[in-house]
Amino acid sequence: MSAVEVQEAQIAHDLHKVVARDVNVYYGEAHALKHVDLDIGSNEVTSLIGPSGCGKSTFLRCLNRMNDVIEGCRVTGQITLDGEDIYDKSLDVVQLRARVGMVFQKPNPFPKSVYDNIAYGPRIHGIGAGKSEMDEIVESSLSRAGLWEEVKDRLEKPGTGLSGGQQQRLCIARAIAVNPEVILMDEPCSALDPIATAKIEELIDELRQNFTIVIVTHSMQQAARVSQKTAFFHLGTLVEWGDTQELFTNPRDERTQGYITGRFG
Amino acid sequence: MNLILLCLIMVVLTVIGYWLGQRQAVSAAGGDARRLHSLPSYHGFYVALCALLPAIVLFVLWLIVEPIIAEQVLISRLPAEVQSQDPNALRLLVGDIKSLALGNIVSREIDASLQAAADGYASVRGAGRLGMTVAVLALLLAGAAWAWRRISVDHRARNGVEMIASGIMILASTIAILTTLGIIFSLLFETGRFFEKVPFFEFLFGTKWSPQTALRADQVGASGAFGAIPLFAGTLLITVIAICVAVPVGLCSAIYMSEYAGPRLRALAKPALEILAGVPTVVYGFFAALTVAPFFRNSGEALGLTVSSESALAAGVVMGIMIIPFVSSLSDDVMNAVPQTLRDGAYALGATKSETIRQVIVPAALPGIVGAVLLAVSRAIGETMIVVMAAGLAANLTANPFEAVTTVTVQIVTLLVGDQEFDSAKTLAAFALGLVLFATTLALNVVALNVVRKYREKYD
Repeated sequence: MSAVEVQEAQIAHDLHKVVARDVNVYYGEAHALKHVDLDIGSNEVTSLIGPSGCGKSTFLRCLNRMNDVIEGCRVTGQITLDGEDIYDKSLDVVQLRARVGMVFQKPNPFPKSVYDNIAYGPRIHGIGAGKSEMDEIVESSLSRAGLWEEVKDRLEKPGTGLSGGQQQRLCIARAIAVNPEVILMDEPCSALDPIATAKIEELIDELRQNFTIVIVTHSMQQAARVSQKTAFFHLGTLVEWGDTQELFTNPRDERTQGYITGRFG
Repeated sequence: MNLILLCLIMVVLTVIGYWLGQRQAVSAAGGDARRLHSLPSYHGFYVALCALLPAIVLFVLWLIVEPIIAEQVLISRLPAEVQSQDPNALRLLVGDIKSLALGNIVSREIDASLQAAADGYASVRGAGRLGMTVAVLALLLAGAAWAWRRISVDHRARNGVEMIASGIMILASTIAILTTLGIIFSLLFETGRFFEKVPFFEFLFGTKWSPQTALRADQVGASGAFGAIPLFAGTLLITVIAICVAVPVGLCSAIYMSEYAGPRLRALAKPALEILAGVPTVVYGFFAALTVAPFFRNSGEALGLTVSSESALAAGVVMGIMIIPFVSSLSDDVMNAVPQTLRDGAYALGATKSETIRQVIVPAALPGIVGAVLLAVSRAIGETMIVVMAAGLAANLTANPFEAVTTVTVQIVTLLVGDQEFDSAKTLAAFALGLVLFATTLALNVVALNVVRKYREKYD
């Protein structure tokens, strides 16, 4: 690394929450993600777009090391969170995931009560020892996810009994209950109807105040509506990234142009 | 021999019918099979089934009815004073005549009148056989001809064949259900006879089991007692021991296989565990009696405990080993059915693997696991061979696992083994025990299947 590069990297770390440099992911022999460099800013929504199989979800799962669970998956390169290498051997993946929460494509509430769904994360991390403290965490998480008014009378009912949109907001509330710094969302609205989608998008915009959000989406309209930065992936490479406004109105790469105008993907 | 030949002829004629039907269908369409409503093969099947099915029904009915009629004819030909004698003696005589006619061993002197009756009977049977052959073949040909004449371009042979096929399926399942009902009713009937001799409450709540009935009033050991509580208690004790072995071992191996083991190890370990289910129970039985029971007795002696050489512990432990695969295999399946998204959800919150398993996967799979355990319990309750060989025969009412106990199944075996009169309370008690056992395992199975089904509805 030259002195200039070191300096640039330092600046990137100072300015950004998450910095990825030369990230490669292999599933067995397949090279799924190639040489990705991406900076993710604090208290911003960054959306990852691109056609199916382009590696955007793979990249997202690198950020909280969910790829560790997948057999035969190998990650090289460097990803830092607040300047700390998350693939460092000394780093505890449990603590990383407490700092980087995740919401999945399909709502996946645990088959427990609404209350226990929210309380699960705080409990395993030893937050909220007393009953009243836990009640407070549950209420505030649900209110921040915009779900409190709808479920406050049915906290003891199973979380799986809620509607699809409510379940997804429950999962968001569950993720923010451990008070993470970054929230990853993997196509959080793809299983929801338009009204539930609108609610989640509104929620994402509010959550930006307190959290750094990375969202994978298939919908370019959604990316344009909710995000400040957008990154376009194609065939495992990061083609370009920048301000959402800029990327959608004035793409530099013709592949980006082709995708956002609907010529492929 | 004659019957086998007849069956062969029927089959050959049916095949010919199929072939002719197919050909007729094609020629009815003027050689262009596409004009037909149904494929030519359906027309062929239609002819074949219309020929074969009525013929088979007649065949079976004839085989059932013919001997009855022949016997009636035989009795009506006997002299009047023979007919009016004691029914049991008459039955013996008729049996002898039949034996003579069929060339079997006869239990009395053969005289001319007996020989004549036997010849008469044989000729009736011979005529019946001939009549049957003619009638069955005629019906077969008539059915084939009727179906063959119906073949036309618009004939809906496919619908007909489908209907007949579904009818055959219904018949098959009806046979299975009727057999079950038959078993239940025979149990109920014999149990009813038992309760005529022994009061219901004495059987269900009596604490003394000594199944014998006195032949004389002053006989030694005439004290028969049919209190089944010691048997229920013994069964319960052994089942509890078996569950204490099978549930922890089975559940842990299921967790290991579904959550920790790699696919290759799993592909190897799961069938290996299931081999346990394939070991014949009699092998488990002598393993229990010859290896495990002496081992427990000797270790017990070393510790200063009195362990009898036939103990509930040995039988229960070996039975527990036997039902491990029921618990592990089914639990493994239900834990695998827990969606990956739930695991991801827990991992993403920072849960470790064991936290995820304990707090998310096992609770989510719990109904299925409970179902698996209940199925294993019902298997353990009904298990016979191991307890016959290892648990002993003494009907002790005890909760001490080091003593010999006996179970419901063991007693059923001992009650029915050997020379028995089938109208004494002793043998009839076996049916009452069988009914209790049947009701228990049925209830457990119903509960288990419902629990499993409820769980399935949640995730599929």
